[in-house]
Amino acid sequence: MSFLQLNAISHVYLTESAAKEALSDLSFSIAEGEFVSLLGPSGCGKSTLLSIISGLLQPTEGTVSLQNKMIQSPGERMGYMLQQDYLFPWKTIEDNCYIGLKLLNKLTPEKKEITLALLDSMGLSDVRHAYPDQLSGGMRQRVALVRTLATDPDLLLLDEPFSALDYQTKLKLEDLVFQTLKAHQKTAILVTHDIGEAIAMSDRIILLSPRPGKIAKIFQVPSQLQTLLPFEARNDPVFPENFQMIWKELDSLEQSPT
Amino acid sequence: MNNLQLDKQHQQYVKKLKREKYEIVTWQIFILLAFLSLWELAGRLTWIDPLLFSYPTKIASLFLTKLYDGSLLLHTSVTLLETVAGFMIGTVLGTAFAAVLWWSRKASKISDPYLVVLNSMPKVALGPIIIVALGPGYLSIITMGASISIIITTLVIYHAFHTVEPNYIKVIRSFGGNKKQIFREVILPASFPAIISTLKVNVGLSWVGVIVGEFLVSKQGLGYMIIYGFQVFNFTLVLLSLFMIAIFSSIMYLGVEWLERKLIKH
Ligand SMILES: Nc1ncnc2c1ncn2[C@@H]1O[C@H](COP(=O)(O)OP(=O)(O)O)[C@@H](O)[C@H]1O
Ligand SMILES: [Mg+2]
Repeated sequence: MSFLQLNAISHVYLTESAAKEALSDLSFSIAEGEFVSLLGPSGCGKSTLLSIISGLLQPTEGTVSLQNKMIQSPGERMGYMLQQDYLFPWKTIEDNCYIGLKLLNKLTPEKKEITLALLDSMGLSDVRHAYPDQLSGGMRQRVALVRTLATDPDLLLLDEPFSALDYQTKLKLEDLVFQTLKAHQKTAILVTHDIGEAIAMSDRIILLSPRPGKIAKIFQVPSQLQTLLPFEARNDPVFPENFQMIWKELDSLEQSPT
Repeated sequence: MNNLQLDKQHQQYVKKLKREKYEIVTWQIFILLAFLSLWELAGRLTWIDPLLFSYPTKIASLFLTKLYDGSLLLHTSVTLLETVAGFMIGTVLGTAFAAVLWWSRKASKISDPYLVVLNSMPKVALGPIIIVALGPGYLSIITMGASISIIITTLVIYHAFHTVEPNYIKVIRSFGGNKKQIFREVILPASFPAIISTLKVNVGLSWVGVIVGEFLVSKQGLGYMIIYGFQVFNFTLVLLSLFMIAIFSSIMYLGVEWLERKLIKH
């Protein structure tokens, strides 16, 4: 039985002016420890899908189950990372990392210690008493990663977590996130509109087509790229041909008339 | 550029800042002294009617007289207590109402037109009704001090609650946080700057409410001193009361600024 299972997910956004179909009849499953990317043009419903998987949003139709249990509301089994860090400016870095544990009523000395060790492993122990506005964008996003991992979620949901960063920081952070998730044997779903990032980081790529969002194609990333660090994968000889293939597919999606 | 040169430049810059500050303070003191001396002179030489406008030394001597007979202390402390009470009640209740409106979207929609009407209404006009309802005493005056700030506090703070970055809320919700936790961890701390700026406005507003209340009740307090001085044509007394009000409202304002530095570090 698969780790995460999506069954016929559809979602309609209702507003005063219209009913908008954002997702239509999406089904797929993910194995434990797998890293899957959701790739697609902006507005195709990636964030909507991630919100539904996390339990933040109830789908109009369909079900999500994690380890055979239906997801109906968010909780400690999921870790959600947003496009920007959204660290609380009034809390210290340390307290920002503790927020999940605090909300779940699990802020024990052991958990604190684990969180601090995690902070240390990301090279952030010097700034634990600092405030977010004293940190660079890359450091802040690393803190956000620690905050997400602190509650030890089973599944990580990453919604374009690198897109607000400069290129160099983004490449470094891709490696760090990849290593950290592999080290903790986490299952993860990454939303991105960056083809290179999807190939470099994931085991499998689910390509979504827009209006309404549905699965256009699923790519298996060559196994030799799966184990490489994202930065190395980008330099691998088979990387360009995979990039070309997905690029053409994405291009045809964006040009198809609707 | 080497370190020595940088150091020197920095020292020069600091010196320049200090000189500028010194200059400004000098000007401020000069203006105050010039104003007071001119006033004194004009009063004594009867360029202005001293009966109407008094002059500084006359006010100072009245200050001492009133201080020794104890009446100044009494009137000032009565007004100060009423103002602080009105200010606190107005701010706390206003914030509490804002929290209720944030909690229930329906409540906020239903109360919207009433809040608009109440807000545009001049609250001091309710004074006579409040006095009839609550009796001519502290209670009415404090109520006036509070009522003048409560609606605007509710509106401004509700607006601040409502415009908190939704992604902060999403962070809390993604950890399974409930509405109470969202309020405590995000909505309230994110709105501290807005709350502080309403506090600053409320300091002034509650003084207005209390002074008008004392005009109407006419028993005790600095507002009473003003009305009494006006009736017996003792404008030295009126000016002394104004001076006391200026001093204590400034102190309250400084208190709010101190609170601001405590609460908002980042
Ligand atoms: N809260 C909402 N209300 C109405 N429409 C929405 C809402 N959120 C997203 N949409 C619409 O749903 C579609 C998918 O949005 P989204 O999931 O954010 O796409 P993506 O993350 O792929 O850019 C878009 O067309 C967007 O305008
Ligand atoms: Mg999105």
